[in-house]
Amino acid sequence: MSNKPKVSGFMNYLRKERIPTIFCAGCGNGTVINTFFNAMEMAELSLDNISMVSGIGCSSRIPGYIKCDSLHTTHGRPIAFATGVKLGNPDMDVVVFTGDGDAAAIGGNHLIHAARRNLDLTVICVNNSIYGMTGGQISPTSPKGSFASTTPYGALEAPFDLAKLVSGAGATYVSRWTTVHPLPLSNAIKKGLQNKGFSFIEVISQCPTYFGRKNRMRSAVEMMKYMKTHSVVKKKAKKMSEEELEGKIILGDFVNRNWPEFSEMLCEQVNEKSEKGLIDAIKSAYKTDL
Amino acid sequence: MIKIDQNLCKGCDICTEFCRKNVYEPSKTLNRKGVYLPVPVNIEECKKCNLCAILCPDLAITVEEDHE
Repeated sequence: MSNKPKVSGFMNYLRKERIPTIFCAGCGNGTVINTFFNAMEMAELSLDNISMVSGIGCSSRIPGYIKCDSLHTTHGRPIAFATGVKLGNPDMDVVVFTGDGDAAAIGGNHLIHAARRNLDLTVICVNNSIYGMTGGQISPTSPKGSFASTTPYGALEAPFDLAKLVSGAGATYVSRWTTVHPLPLSNAIKKGLQNKGFSFIEVISQCPTYFGRKNRMRSAVEMMKYMKTHSVVKKKAKKMSEEELEGKIILGDFVNRNWPEFSEMLCEQVNEKSEKGLIDAIKSAYKTDL
Repeated sequence: MIKIDQNLCKGCDICTEFCRKNVYEPSKTLNRKGVYLPVPVNIEECKKCNLCAILCPDLAITVEEDHE
């Protein structure tokens, strides 16, 4: 097997003094950390050139455990901060870890506008369908009819389809997998890291503590089995009727296209219009400071 | 060779359920932290696919190749 993960070396990427993690037993965030390292090794990138940006939420604590430049920002604004990081130093690989409440609710506008610009970011959205950190409130991606502390009789709202939203906004790589599919997920993150442009990877994850407890799936294993039985790969979903697809999670690559990237266009424009060659000046500032 | 870090494991049982060869079984006694650790019982069945290690949310499992 060529894509066999080499997990034994992953401990070296972590800030050992901070583990064990504060995540609940069976939380999907740890699996996302593993798959990210696996993808990073497959894409042959190093943590020296990666900077991670995150907002507020359970999943946004991930960069705190990883030995790289990380930025823990305000609620919903990681993509706005990441835009600054990327445009300040276009050579850096910027990865954004965000949750569903962070990306879709309070930071929804930042998400669609970064996708519209096609800025070279890799956004990994850990979607657990609930606000886990603040006590289990309903989030914009909670399925219709799901129970939470703010919807004791079931949610009436239709959820956001994040992958479709972002592909509609103009992202160049959009993919959706669950934590039960760690190897396809690693491949998707690898493609996202290699893609020059806005890459969005939605990871459907489990929250046994809040979502599971309120929706009669008390353990992480039960939730993962539910995700496994209720997910359909995109190719298969095309042949199914809408009634059959109700309540199913559609997985796979939604968009993979090659459109002009924002930071490159900006650098070109600045170099063209300024006589001094401003981009070289910005880059030299990093060299002397370090 | 399967190593399970006692300090990291939180006993979520994902490895016991998702191992395709049923290598693990939950232990019958609690450990120092109050967790039923998974025990690799059928270790000769292990195909070193590393699925348990990549699924483990607490990075507690290390699967090593046997050097023989």
